[in-house]
Amino acid sequence: MDIVFNWSYFGYLLYGAMWTLVLSALAFVLGGAAGFLVMLARTARSRLIRQISLVYVEVIQGTPLLVLLFIAYFGLGIFGIEVPPLVAAALSLMINASAFLGEIWKGCVEAVPRTQREAAECLALTRWQAFVDVILPQAARIATPPTVGFMVQMLKNTSLASVVGFVELTRAAQVINNSTIQPFLVFGIAGAMYFILCYPLTAWSRSLERTLNVGRR
Amino acid sequence: MRYELDFSALADYWPDFLHGAIVTLQLTAIATVLGMAIGTLCAIGSRSKRRWLSRAVGIYVEIVRNTPFLIQIFFLYFGLASAGIRLPVFTAAVIAMVFNVAAYCSEIIRAGMDTVHPGQIEAAQSLGMSTPTIYWDVILRPAIERVYPALTGQFVLMMLSSSVASQISTEELTAVANNVQSFTFRSFETFVAIAPMYLALAGLLKLGFWLFGLVAFPRRRRLGTAL
Repeated sequence: MDIVFNWSYFGYLLYGAMWTLVLSALAFVLGGAAGFLVMLARTARSRLIRQISLVYVEVIQGTPLLVLLFIAYFGLGIFGIEVPPLVAAALSLMINASAFLGEIWKGCVEAVPRTQREAAECLALTRWQAFVDVILPQAARIATPPTVGFMVQMLKNTSLASVVGFVELTRAAQVINNSTIQPFLVFGIAGAMYFILCYPLTAWSRSLERTLNVGRR
Repeated sequence: MRYELDFSALADYWPDFLHGAIVTLQLTAIATVLGMAIGTLCAIGSRSKRRWLSRAVGIYVEIVRNTPFLIQIFFLYFGLASAGIRLPVFTAAVIAMVFNVAAYCSEIIRAGMDTVHPGQIEAAQSLGMSTPTIYWDVILRPAIERVYPALTGQFVLMMLSSSVASQISTEELTAVANNVQSFTFRSFETFVAIAPMYLALAGLLKLGFWLFGLVAFPRRRRLGTAL
């Protein structure tokens, strides 16, 4: 008897999509926090800190996320505890995102005209005050489009969590495909779900970019 | 429980790792050349005055950019297998990578082409240059020269994401690591060991692209920047 794709399978895919969203949100919040620290380190006054953080960024950006995921998964396992795949996935996504977001944000901080910092200095603001009150608000404006763009990347990256057995959208699709063997249909629907999640972010990022460029002209 | 890190068990497997790294490089090389070619054609198509063509390229690019590579690879490999077409895993991985990277290339090259001033094209036309010559000498070469750093960055990212091809058991570096860890039970050490290998591959690739850039864009070399 052939098992065919039906609505209960569709529900399972939706359940997977929910976990994809949870994992993406987790990755963004954790990765954003860590990325902020990386950005601070990349723009630090101390040369040593700048260099160490540069090495960190180069190493993480030069390692596939899949390999990071395996390192996190097996590495946490060393401590003898049974690691929930969600923890390993969130950890590796966080590390990956911290390097990319840190580098993106560093560029945005440096894109703020130097004169702004000099003006803040003239007003006798401390370095930290100048950073928080003068540089950061302007950098945030520049940073929004690429950050939203990177969120799409992160959302897609969560699909790799399926490899360590975390049931998100891709894993759910694999499980269903294993019993129905209708890969075009199953992966097609899963792909469409990813598209529905990602496309609004892509479009938003693009429109933000357009507004920003108009503002600059 | 104390865990002793032990990398010595991996030493015997260095020929396998080497072979995996070579397969990764082969995948990357083929996907770079084909992806660049198809990406350029797509970029030209996306600027076409024929609405259906630019629309079709736009849809293709958006589909690729908004779905995960893993899903694309599964769709292609298992999909074609269910339709009776059994591709070798290497071929399937190459096709998926080309399909993926060509879309990104197309976007990058198109951005470069958009920076070419219309006056340049009009000047070329008034000199009586043929359309292919204009496309090659006036539009594409300066455009690619300008976006070359972004393109190489994209190809390095693609090399890293070729690790995903291990999921359809293409015998590249990550798949080799998967095999080795199942023989040695040294999972953590194995993956820690291949991370620097990928770093070295990424470095090698960047060096290669830099050297190629020196040869391909002499003007950039002389001026220190794209025109």
